[in-house]
Amino acid sequence: MRSFKKGPSAFNWLSVTLGLAFLYAPIVLLVLYSFNASRLVTVWGGFSTRWYVALAHDAQMLDAVWVTLRVGLISASLATILGVLAAIALVRAGWFRGRTLLSSMIYAPLVMPEVILGLSLLLLFVAFGLPRGFWTVTVSHATVTLCYATVVVQARLASFDRSLEEAAQDLGCTPLMAFMTVTLPNIAPAVAAAWMLAFTLSLDDLVIASFTSGPGATTLPMRLYSQVRLGVNPEINAVSSLLIGVVATGVIGVYLPQQRRRKPL
Amino acid sequence: MKRPWLAALAPYLWLAVFFAFPFLLVAKLSLSHTVLAIPPYAPQLDLSQGHAGVRAFVHQLSFDTYARLTTDRLYIASYLSSLKFAAIATAILLIVGYPIAYGMSRFGPAARQGLLMAVILPFWTSFLIRIYAWIAILKPAGLLNQALALLHIGPLNLLNTDTAVIIGLVYAYLPFMVLPLYAVLEKQEESLIEAARDLGCTATGAFWRVTFPLSLPGVAAGALLCFIPMVGEFVIPDLLGGSDTLMLGRTIWTEFFANRDWPAASAVAIALLATLIIPIVLFQRQQAKVLS
Repeated sequence: MRSFKKGPSAFNWLSVTLGLAFLYAPIVLLVLYSFNASRLVTVWGGFSTRWYVALAHDAQMLDAVWVTLRVGLISASLATILGVLAAIALVRAGWFRGRTLLSSMIYAPLVMPEVILGLSLLLLFVAFGLPRGFWTVTVSHATVTLCYATVVVQARLASFDRSLEEAAQDLGCTPLMAFMTVTLPNIAPAVAAAWMLAFTLSLDDLVIASFTSGPGATTLPMRLYSQVRLGVNPEINAVSSLLIGVVATGVIGVYLPQQRRRKPL
Repeated sequence: MKRPWLAALAPYLWLAVFFAFPFLLVAKLSLSHTVLAIPPYAPQLDLSQGHAGVRAFVHQLSFDTYARLTTDRLYIASYLSSLKFAAIATAILLIVGYPIAYGMSRFGPAARQGLLMAVILPFWTSFLIRIYAWIAILKPAGLLNQALALLHIGPLNLLNTDTAVIIGLVYAYLPFMVLPLYAVLEKQEESLIEAARDLGCTATGAFWRVTFPLSLPGVAAGALLCFIPMVGEFVIPDLLGGSDTLMLGRTIWTEFFANRDWPAASAVAIALLATLIIPIVLFQRQQAKVLS
């Protein structure tokens, strides 16, 4: 039998390298130029942290950061709870009346243009005469991100070996106890990943927040967007770099332990 | 748990109230007309008047807004150009994304995990920020033109053009294309290729006769995952496109925020949804198949 060369070829190396370079170059440049002394974003004027200092004194920006964090924490927690419940129903319940509708409502928002989601949620709040602000954004974010949370947990739950749970029941656990003490700790990394995904999606959202927010609840992306429309500005680079740093640390922190636990295929 | 379907109640109720029901409101509003009031549309459903109120309400609904959509060239142009932008970007994404996903799948298990992480990470980083980063690159005096000047090329005027929108779409959606492709390519058995080679296929032949046909579900998933949201994209055409770049997401935004024409925004949203419903159903079918 002839033996074929396994492993990546030169072409594989090239395409992966170019692909990653394309993905990361803009982000690296953005972070690099946040340390630019010059006010002109694209002209290098020496190293400086002046934009970070300016940021620390920008009350409006800090206020937006605070609103965004609160929205993110609450909406991600809501989304994770609802997402875990939905995942349990979809994986464990087999067929039940309305299962197709539930899974449709879970998958549709994943690809639905945000403009449509934002508009429809806004009309809901207007129809019920709810004042727009912090809570309307939070509820809207929870609605959209719960779908992502469900998919993440569902994938993990589907691959979980149920015989462990059955063993616990044979040893005297009630079904609920078996789930809480055996299954839940096992899917915990996926639940953490789901929360993290919901949180970052909330931090990131501009469109839905713009539709559903009101006075006094300007989120960071809304604030950034209004500044970006006026042109590039080194302070935006600084706040963006901080955001990238926080998210990257969080993602790597949640994702790596999960990867290690997974058995090599 | 004895009755797992009970777990469905809370998410079911939540999604019915905050996802399904609002679409009825959008549909209703698209049949209304604008008035100078708060909220800026009429008719209002007055349930206190009982049956007569409902009848008066239904009587006042009309398809006028839709008639306007089909006669106004602006709406038709933005509808067609949305589809065009999304189709071109999806095609480019397939051509760019496939070699990346294929390349990743050829590495060893440890390296694959690292690469997967590297592709996922930008997806977690703010969309708005990643698009903002391209403004500094594509600007007339931006980083790309500075680099090109060293090679005595250019300057290229890219920012606020359709080309910039395509670049932005390809950049922002690349992870969405690579991940589903990678998922199918990674699972493929090496022995299939070996068998094809033993039977006399060249390396290229084995790729086109075995690897590629087997990866078609990934191609379909990636294409749908990118195409559907791109049709309604707002941030990318708004920040990278020119004032004449028409896309439906932007049209809805403008009608709503600038023109305060809520019925028109709703009608455009319904038209967009009607266009996307078939790809969305296809996508759901596929996701359900993969996950169950």
